[in-house]
Amino acid sequence: MADMMQFDLVSPERSLASLKVASVQIPGADGDMTAMPDHAATITTLRPGVLRANGPEGEAAYVVTGGFAEISAAGTSVLAERAVPLSEVTQEMYDSMVAEAHAAHASAKETFQNEPGPVDDAAKLLADMVAMGTHIGLDPNVPNL
Amino acid sequence: MPNLKDLKNRIASVKNTRKITKAMQMVSAAKLRRAQDAAEAARPYAERFDAVMAGLAAGVGGSDSAPKLLSGTGKDDVHLLVVMTAERGLCGGFNANIAKLARVHANKLIAEGKTVKILTVGKKGRDSMKRELGEHFVGHVDLSEVKNIGYVNAQNIARDILNRFDAGEFDVATIFFARFVNVVSQTPTAQQIIPASFDAAEGEDAGAATLYDYEPDEEAILADLLPRGVATQIFTALLENGASEQGARMSAMDNATRNAGDMIDQLTIEYNRSRQAVITNELIEIISGAEAL
Repeated sequence: MADMMQFDLVSPERSLASLKVASVQIPGADGDMTAMPDHAATITTLRPGVLRANGPEGEAAYVVTGGFAEISAAGTSVLAERAVPLSEVTQEMYDSMVAEAHAAHASAKETFQNEPGPVDDAAKLLADMVAMGTHIGLDPNVPNL
Repeated sequence: MPNLKDLKNRIASVKNTRKITKAMQMVSAAKLRRAQDAAEAARPYAERFDAVMAGLAAGVGGSDSAPKLLSGTGKDDVHLLVVMTAERGLCGGFNANIAKLARVHANKLIAEGKTVKILTVGKKGRDSMKRELGEHFVGHVDLSEVKNIGYVNAQNIARDILNRFDAGEFDVATIFFARFVNVVSQTPTAQQIIPASFDAAEGEDAGAATLYDYEPDEEAILADLLPRGVATQIFTALLENGASEQGARMSAMDNATRNAGDMIDQLTIEYNRSRQAVITNELIEIISGAEAL
């Protein structure tokens, strides 16, 4: 692998990863995207999903819940609100994330009764969260939205 | 003549005090290290966040459609002061200094005819702010149950503040906390968080800024990130405050320990003197008794 770029994953509480990688797959708000060296400079927000970084030591996957990614020719830095290595995600942790998204949705419905915007955003967040669970093989435990 | 027994008790009690303050100092030293590590670990996120926000804000800030969190409400009549202090005392002038800065600020605003609202984080700040500015009180965040401050705590505070902002309760928000310089010095600081100001990174980056593609568009990202920015700033402030509190307590307890040592020395001298006096007295009595026979 000749082409490598710098990849940083930081959460507000600590820095989770800083290494050279060949590519990073990012769950962007408008859809997944893969960043490779010499990618056009881009800033995108994240949706809840799985972030995969392909480095010399194989693939590292993290579950991220939101935040943004800054991609430049030299590297990619992801500033996630919460990021956990995929292997460490437990059903309990995931349940609490879903419950949080659920609560946010409910409170948005209550506060913004005549404005669809924020409610839709919260609904999308919840749906993304549920989709992520199915994706990584955890039970979303949400019978209906 | 001072009673020997009293003196002895006194020495014992000061010795106990010294043990306690010494222990508190050592506990603070350990906690300080942890708090500093936490502050250190949070720094990369905050720095990058500020850099990106500064770029975004420079791009969108001028337009009319800029979010209110960035451009402000167009007024500055109502100020929200968020006073962050410790949950515990016995840390020297730490709490008092923050409260004093906030009080001076509040009084200045009141003198200018503005409305002041106060939100406190930490019990000690609430107590001292309530005494003088009780009628301006709007709320209190209790962190006494929290052992390790996490981003979640900051998010909750930020949500509270943002809800108030959305409800039009205030125009400008300022946080008060102590910036950690080193163990013996912590600077009380006032920082405006709403409307947001990002000036730190602008100077160096403005010229060579890369042109980014934004996905979704700039404004949507900004609207998403500004609330997070408030949480990040509060989180940084909470961590700085945590380190400052431990630092302040450590030096306060160091002083107290040394003070207790001095006091023990003095009391011991006094005790020995009076013991000597008692012995001399007894001897005089015996000798004069023997002579009288």
